[in-house]
Amino acid sequence: MPQPDVPTTDIPSELLRDELPLPEVSEIEVVRHFTRLSQLNNAIDTHFYPLGSCTMKYNPKINEAMARLDGFANIHPLQATDTVQGALALMYRLQEWLREIAGFAATSLQPAAGAQGEFAGILMIRKYHIEQGDEKRTKILVPNSAHGTNPATTTMAGLEVIEIGAGPDGEVDLAVLKAVCDEHRDTIAGMMMTIPSTLGVFEDDLLEIIETVHSVGGLMYMDGANMNALLGIAKPGEMGIDVMHYNLHKTFSTPHGGGGPGSGPVCCSEKLAPYLPGPIVTIVEPASDEHEAPLYGWQMPEKSIGRLKAFHGNFGMHVRAYAYILAYGNQLDQVARHAVLNANYLRVQLHDTYNSPYDRLCGHEFVVEGRWKDVPDVHALDISKRLIDYGIHPPTNYFPLIVPEALLIEPTETETKATLDHFVSVMKKIAEEARTNPQLLHEAPHHAPVKRVDEVRAARQLVLCCQPLPAESTSDGVSASSEPEVVA
Amino acid sequence: MGYIPHTEDDVKAMLAAIGVDSLDALFEDVPSQHRFPTLNLPEPLSELEIATTMETLSWFNLTTSHYATFLGAGAYNHYSPAIVNQLLLRGEFYSAYTPYQPEVSQGTLQATFEFQSMIAHLTGMEAANASHYDGATALAEAVTMANAIHNGKRQKVILSPTIHPQYREVVRTYHQNKPFKFSGDRSGTATLLDITDMVDENTMLVAVQYPNFLGQIEDFNELARVTKTHGALLCVVADPVALSILKPPGEFGADIVVGEGQGLGIPMSFGGPYLGFFATNSKYVRRIAGRIVGETRDLEGQRAFVMTLRPREQDIRREKATSNICTNQGLMALAACIHMAALGKHGMKRVGELCWHKAHYAADQIDALEGYSVDRSLPFFKEFVVTCPRPVNEINQSLLDDYGIIGGYDLSLDYPHRGNQMLLCVTETNPRAEIDMLVKALREIAEAS
Amino acid sequence: MAGWNFPEDLKYAKTDEWFRVEGDIVTIGISDYAQDQLSDVVFVELPEVGRQLDAGEAFGVVESVKSTSDLYTAVAGEVVEVNSALEDKPELVNESPYGEGWFIKIKASDLSALESLMDSTAYAEYCNGRE
Repeated sequence: MPQPDVPTTDIPSELLRDELPLPEVSEIEVVRHFTRLSQLNNAIDTHFYPLGSCTMKYNPKINEAMARLDGFANIHPLQATDTVQGALALMYRLQEWLREIAGFAATSLQPAAGAQGEFAGILMIRKYHIEQGDEKRTKILVPNSAHGTNPATTTMAGLEVIEIGAGPDGEVDLAVLKAVCDEHRDTIAGMMMTIPSTLGVFEDDLLEIIETVHSVGGLMYMDGANMNALLGIAKPGEMGIDVMHYNLHKTFSTPHGGGGPGSGPVCCSEKLAPYLPGPIVTIVEPASDEHEAPLYGWQMPEKSIGRLKAFHGNFGMHVRAYAYILAYGNQLDQVARHAVLNANYLRVQLHDTYNSPYDRLCGHEFVVEGRWKDVPDVHALDISKRLIDYGIHPPTNYFPLIVPEALLIEPTETETKATLDHFVSVMKKIAEEARTNPQLLHEAPHHAPVKRVDEVRAARQLVLCCQPLPAESTSDGVSASSEPEVVA
Repeated sequence: MGYIPHTEDDVKAMLAAIGVDSLDALFEDVPSQHRFPTLNLPEPLSELEIATTMETLSWFNLTTSHYATFLGAGAYNHYSPAIVNQLLLRGEFYSAYTPYQPEVSQGTLQATFEFQSMIAHLTGMEAANASHYDGATALAEAVTMANAIHNGKRQKVILSPTIHPQYREVVRTYHQNKPFKFSGDRSGTATLLDITDMVDENTMLVAVQYPNFLGQIEDFNELARVTKTHGALLCVVADPVALSILKPPGEFGADIVVGEGQGLGIPMSFGGPYLGFFATNSKYVRRIAGRIVGETRDLEGQRAFVMTLRPREQDIRREKATSNICTNQGLMALAACIHMAALGKHGMKRVGELCWHKAHYAADQIDALEGYSVDRSLPFFKEFVVTCPRPVNEINQSLLDDYGIIGGYDLSLDYPHRGNQMLLCVTETNPRAEIDMLVKALREIAEAS
Repeated sequence: MAGWNFPEDLKYAKTDEWFRVEGDIVTIGISDYAQDQLSDVVFVELPEVGRQLDAGEAFGVVESVKSTSDLYTAVAGEVVEVNSALEDKPELVNESPYGEGWFIKIKASDLSALESLMDSTAYAEYCNGRE
């Protein structure tokens, strides 16, 4: 950092902090530290990552380059709209494309992640009912196979969860649903559903479920986490869904970033459009002979639930998703077709080795049980940890909760047949090891940067922050550091 | 096409293994009347075409790299060392998922632990979490936490009117169906004394900003004392860049410190992705929403990191969780962590000092201009309020059209009583020549009117 | 049957708490079955002494690394003592669920609610049925 190029002004000492307990290290040390840390990770760029419900597809490099263009990275969110027409045009088109892909009337790009998109959707449903004079509608139906975010969202929105049990096929039990709808009729605000379901299947009774909820005045929320199976295959809005969110960091390949940032745009039908979180981008002046491009501006939807975050959503993620949609365009259905092809291929290949509780055509993912009757001590967790030794990131463990020892496997469309075949052979090998040398599984991983970690110790003896070094040892500005040393 | 690697032969072989004769046949479970709709989207583009199309689009934006910028108001033009972006581009970091499998996620986990540590130290608190979506949602989660700590038995949240207006909007969006009420900021004119007087036994949380939205540094010692006396919690929304030189909120009695970490190495990107941070003291850590990384050992006794306090989270606690947050701003936290490590203690301090000196230099020059006056009633850091001789939007238009300057924020948009008041921001990225140009421009604009 | 121990002098709730009555003081903990299901207990949150509890009210939370459960009282009354040893040693719940791992003592206002709870035999059957 340079010396000041202006006359300095005294800073009153009573405002100043005594010390700043931050590390002081040379640039090369910082580079090596974080480069080494990165090497301790599994990632899509280094490993097959069949993590169910997370859609770990390849993240195209061009998207990263586009998000870093000067014209997108270096604009201030509060600049006058006539100075950011490129950004607004991009957001407007993305709103339109997302609406079109799922068959809805309108989109808001505000939500920062899927969970925030869900939250928006449920707040919209609630506000809609209030505006209709239907204040008593406070209950949201949630299948017991749902992502945990669904019931948590409902509580967070100040509403009440009614859990709907699954039938023997793992699907929403229509008879149970009808009974619940009968019992609670005019207090039902809506229902949350994941399509395809968290088990990776298209529910047989889908249209009847939607109709049942609508018949008692409830609205349908769709958790769009699994849209990778639906792109160009079916439009939720046309099937009767009233509002849904996307995960741009799943379906549209914006990277997961080791836990975020995500982006969770929410789309809805005509009647819910006035309730969208805002502001959203609108056309202020259509294109004309004088102006080849329309003039874009901000608009707060008329009865908006309000603003969900400062500024306009995770714009950098919008840029990446925009680039991704440009690459596939009107052939976006190829994504879903091949994602579903890959999942079904794995499903049949693993069929004889791992028990599938719901053995039928699947969507973009499927669930197997990570357990065998003849080796009761081997668990899904052991199989997962052993996969690490073979250079494969484990599938999602223990979700959905309704399947014992669940392994939820989602290969995505970007994996080659050779990778899938390798995965199958490894899974079969592990099944064999479970019988011949179960200890290999129990003690796995053997070839990872660390062995299994002690989660009990982490929770009982909480260490959430390293202690700053005493002032005298950091005052010389050399390399006394409060950073932990690298684990390797 | 796109990023799908299969050959036609691959597809044939896989369909045969599955026992169906076409890709279409994989979707028999989808209701037939809704199957395979038309997608009204453009034709697919090659990578080259994507690059040129999007570059062209990006030219329709005026950027802060080409225009002198004095706009802040919650998003700041700070310099980020080159190594931040370089390291962020490592696919091992950005193409990894949330570190649910600790054995193959130690990189993300340790970096997050280091981020938590730096935020805790910067704010003067005992613990911080792995991040929130942004400063505004971190504040909304602070309200949730205060409500949970008081078992829902207190009904009042006091918001200072000098908290970022959009943050206050977000807090209200989050809690629109809750029984408790927000007060303090409705008129926009309440002073710190007014706020302090409002605290009572029914108050769960008092929230203030430091430096506040107007750039000013208020003295919160008395407010902290009164808040504590009434058993309420004090939440301070802080600018981490300012904390490089200013007293940390932990020192004057904050129970929760939240804020926006964008200034720590994250580009402005038209408003996101940014970085919400959340810090508190040990006794409240089990009430924090979102992910937290803890230090532990592996089975061989090696130091290791893991996400801890997991049962608070939505995937386990479900409808009893206080928040639904799962995906956060992980990569942005990594950016901030690398940024702070790269600048180091001295670099961070230097940035804070540069902001202070340059903002005060600018304020002195502008205050001396005919027709302009700077609010000097309180000390300020990098932003300050200027009363102008004409409406702010007119001045900004002229600054942009005639001088190539992106001017300050029009405060009358959020505070009707602040007509003609502009919030100007000066950081280490504004060289003296730019400041002098701004002063000259403001003088000429006043003279022309 | 995993060899759980259910002392005969206690009453058991469906939510897996046990109740020991001594005069009008009722001690509450969780059963051997419950601690086994939870696995390693890492944290217990207990109410303040003096708090009035209704029958059926949740009074605390017990947490392991993989799950968390609310704790309920079947009897109404005032909390007269809490087991503060659990703050530093939550593992006592696993090691001694009926002894040092107890949670709270209540001065009960009405003991009749206890009559509807299970005895050790009925509770053992109930636990086996859930396996």
